[in-house]
Amino acid sequence: MKVSENWLREWVNPQASAQQIAERLVMGGLELEIEPAVAEPSQQVVVGRIVSIAPHPNAERLRVCTVDAGAAGMPTIVCGAANARVGLLAPCALPGATLPGGVKINVGDLRGVESQGMLCSAKELGLAEKSDGLMELDAEARVGQPIEQYLGLNDQILNLELTPNRGDCLSVQGLAREVAALYALPLSRPRVKSAVVVHDQRFAVELESTTDCSNFSGRVINGLNPKAHTPDWMRERLRRSGIRSIHPLVDITNYVMIELGQPMHAYDADKVKGTVRVRRARPGETLRLLNDADIKLDHAELLVTDDNGPLGLAGAMGGAASAVSATTTRVFFESACFGMQAVAGVGRRHKITSDALYRFERGVDPELQRAALERASELAIQICGGEAGPITHVGRTQPEPVHVRLRRSRLVQLTGQEIQAREVEALLSRLSITLTQEDSGAWMARVPSYRHDLRIEADLIEEVARLYGYDRIPARPYAAQLAPSRPSERQRSGARVVDLLVARGWQEVLNLAFEERRMHEALTPQIHAIPLDNPIAETHSLMRSTLWSGLIASWLHNRARQVTRMRLFESGVCFADVDGHIVETARLAGLASGTVASRQWGVPARAVDFYDIKADVVALLETSGAPIAFHAAEHPALHPGQTARITLGGEPAGWIGRLHPRVARALDLPEQPLLFELDWTALSQARMPAPGQLSEFPSSRRDLSLMVPSDVPAQALCDLARQAGGVHLMRANVFDVYRADDGDASAKSVSLELHFQDASRTLTLDEVDAAVAVIAQSLHQGFGATVRA
Amino acid sequence: MTDSLDELQAQALQEIEATGDARVLEQLRIDYLGKKGRVTERLKQLGTMSPDDRKTFGDRVNRVKDAVWRAIEARAVLLAEAALQAQLAAETIDVTLAGRGDGVGGIHPITRTIRRIEQLFGELGFATVEGPEIEDDFHNFGALNIPEAHPARAMQDTFYVKDGGYVLRTHTSPVQIRTMERYVRNGIKPPIRIICPGRVYRVDSDRTHSPMFHQVEGLYVAENVAFSDLKYDLMTFLSRFFERDAEVLFRPSYFPFVEPGADVHMKLEGRWLELLGCGMVHPKVFEAVGLDPERYSGYAFGMGVERLAMLRYGVNDLRQFFENDLRFLEAFK
Repeated sequence: MKVSENWLREWVNPQASAQQIAERLVMGGLELEIEPAVAEPSQQVVVGRIVSIAPHPNAERLRVCTVDAGAAGMPTIVCGAANARVGLLAPCALPGATLPGGVKINVGDLRGVESQGMLCSAKELGLAEKSDGLMELDAEARVGQPIEQYLGLNDQILNLELTPNRGDCLSVQGLAREVAALYALPLSRPRVKSAVVVHDQRFAVELESTTDCSNFSGRVINGLNPKAHTPDWMRERLRRSGIRSIHPLVDITNYVMIELGQPMHAYDADKVKGTVRVRRARPGETLRLLNDADIKLDHAELLVTDDNGPLGLAGAMGGAASAVSATTTRVFFESACFGMQAVAGVGRRHKITSDALYRFERGVDPELQRAALERASELAIQICGGEAGPITHVGRTQPEPVHVRLRRSRLVQLTGQEIQAREVEALLSRLSITLTQEDSGAWMARVPSYRHDLRIEADLIEEVARLYGYDRIPARPYAAQLAPSRPSERQRSGARVVDLLVARGWQEVLNLAFEERRMHEALTPQIHAIPLDNPIAETHSLMRSTLWSGLIASWLHNRARQVTRMRLFESGVCFADVDGHIVETARLAGLASGTVASRQWGVPARAVDFYDIKADVVALLETSGAPIAFHAAEHPALHPGQTARITLGGEPAGWIGRLHPRVARALDLPEQPLLFELDWTALSQARMPAPGQLSEFPSSRRDLSLMVPSDVPAQALCDLARQAGGVHLMRANVFDVYRADDGDASAKSVSLELHFQDASRTLTLDEVDAAVAVIAQSLHQGFGATVRA
Repeated sequence: MTDSLDELQAQALQEIEATGDARVLEQLRIDYLGKKGRVTERLKQLGTMSPDDRKTFGDRVNRVKDAVWRAIEARAVLLAEAALQAQLAAETIDVTLAGRGDGVGGIHPITRTIRRIEQLFGELGFATVEGPEIEDDFHNFGALNIPEAHPARAMQDTFYVKDGGYVLRTHTSPVQIRTMERYVRNGIKPPIRIICPGRVYRVDSDRTHSPMFHQVEGLYVAENVAFSDLKYDLMTFLSRFFERDAEVLFRPSYFPFVEPGADVHMKLEGRWLELLGCGMVHPKVFEAVGLDPERYSGYAFGMGVERLAMLRYGVNDLRQFFENDLRFLEAFK
């Protein structure tokens, strides 16, 4: 909301600059900025009257005006505006004047006629976004008076960004109340004269529910001058509040709304038939709004209706059919209090924003309707003439006053500051909150009708605290009240896992947790993804089902910047719809591309491969203490010959592999990076260390070279060797694999390294040889392995 | 005899001096001092001499033997040293060549910032708690005193999934709700002192807004928690996070789930900047989770991780955090 400083000062006038007032308000909890009344001021522009008009000798569309500019004389001014006419009062820029945008006005020749100044439009003075012809000033304007003085442009605008709880401040009156409270000053309300009731025309008003509409005041004013126009002072004030002048009657309702905080509506009384009713919409009803939008009223919207149907969307926007127009001579003013709940959601549903709705959503003072109607009547009669009828008022005549209990003990306990009872009373009285002491010692506070945000004790405590000053509440050092946490040694922190990966050369990235459908279908079609109802973009339409989608995006971003060797990882949650349930899984994933090492003298260039990142994955998992296994498997995103499903202690832990060439083609990727993705449940496991007794006796090593069919996995050979090796076999691992270039493609040579040891003695050669023989025999039976000479 | 003994010594010393090879030197030792060496041979002549001559001659031969022996020893030391020098020279490398392999990677600046926040609050006794990112309406809004169609909902434009049945959490406050519910369900009594870092989502995207960003929210619930506790903890945190004496301002503000509510501003580089929102837990929040608002009080706060990181590291564009340009990320190694 924007409000003129000068207007505010008519209500309350602290001895402080606008900037100081703004700072005080900010410290009181209202967000605002100060803006100038006009972005760029004009100079040497005065009120001028066109005294005579003659045709331009050389230009059909220009005319030559003689203008009375008061003390500045009678300049001759060439003017092209269609509304230039004798007697018109308009802003006149004299030679030497400066207009917004740095425009300088000089005496100049316009098609052979000397022009000694310029007659201005509102736009040229920076007072309107656009304008049609000269700015027409009121007859009251004094010729020769500087325009800045006439329009009171020596003013500033307080632009407030109010939080939803402070709807009571959405008016000059409301803001003035707040300023008065902060400065402990009285409020000077402008006196409003009740209109003399001259006729008895009225509309009957019925309310379906006083919950939806607690009060409704209406009045008909007859005999309005349809030619009347909004006076300059009102137009200027509305402009400074960001409201465009539309029609005198509409302007008056807007003016009252800004001044008092009561949104009103002006109906052309000749277009309202029968009884005015406030009721909920019935299925099938429709309404054409003032903005010419046709809306369907299918959600029991609150309406103002007459005998013919909906007149308007209550509290939000009037209908086109009953709007005032240039021919309106009878108006029906509505000044009603629609409930916050009743109007909630209507704006979003019908894509409407309006100043009225904004206020009703935040709560309007239920005791304001009659006063606002009187104020609007006064202004209407003053500006448009006319005669008032009686006020029709329905609803709760005497709204229940709101009482809230406040205990000083609670106040002190919640703020941490001893605030004296007398000070509490004084602070709250500045907000027109009256306190009465109860027998219990607590206060009963009577809350003003406009403070919808004060309903519980904590609300009052905040009021006391903010008027007292948050800065005066001391900081109280923390004294531990908590038992220390009990971290388990069988769990690893995420940071330790991440740091391990970082130490191995991987860089963390962080992507938005959204996924493009195309990416999803290529990478994880087997997962039922969760689409967003209202995605921000097509590329962000799903919740990610894999971290690979984001990693690929980060990879492409950097690849486009000439980086080819990358080790990227990301940690985050992936989403899936499993049988209608939302499942979130925390994962850690990586992407590797380029050479195994960056280009350097000491390491031969070689592309990174499966086994390079497998080593990193094993490093991440091995401290869990559980057996890690890699099983050849298939995954839609991965190369079928270079993919492993990873298990940890037999439980699924994740995937590793190279991107499938078909997927790379589908996603238009330049190469097939290596990928892994691990579940955090696996990564978080940690082993409880148990070193046991170390053997004092030497171990024996045997190498066993075998020829095996080429499809036998190394892990299977090791597993079987361990199984067959007996209690003394400590370790069995593959140290060499060889496929002869010209040899038999169906077989490969695999060499195992076997370590034997006993805890209590040195093993004999015979014992070790026997154990090796058993292993060889098992591998022969299990896989057809033969020992190489 | 005498002359030939002197000649023998002179010849030996000359040959020793002339050799540059340890094996030749060893051969010289055998040739002169060995059992059948030329000096040793001379001692055999002693048997043919008179006792007087024998003594004189014996002394002389022994002196020659000593001289030769010392010369060989000295030469051996010299040759060993020369050999070592030659070996060292041959083994010299260019130590300015880069070491093999690649350096370490790095964590993302947001991770770095969250870790720092966790550490600082950890020292103030806060435990870290996490929760789901897709939330139901109750945990994200209802329990936080943000009823349906309340204007406060417009403060946070929300992503919906499952036909509006669930929301992407707009803040990490639901984790606070879930934690309090867990305490009540398990019959554990406060104090509760937690922070909740995590991803949050709002329908917004421009230079200063991202549809996903990170928050750390904090909650302290116990008997007699006051606004002055909140002030101390946040001022302590801020001065440590920015490593300077914090000029901090608490200003009244509004969030539906706290009352009284406040914004915290801090003077950085001569400008007052709004850093976070906070306040005393609203009684309706306690009621929603089943804690007695008469017995317990608490405070809550929430801060944007990206905003803190931007101020701390001088980052101007929020979107840089999610572009993952390695040149940007590597600055945070």
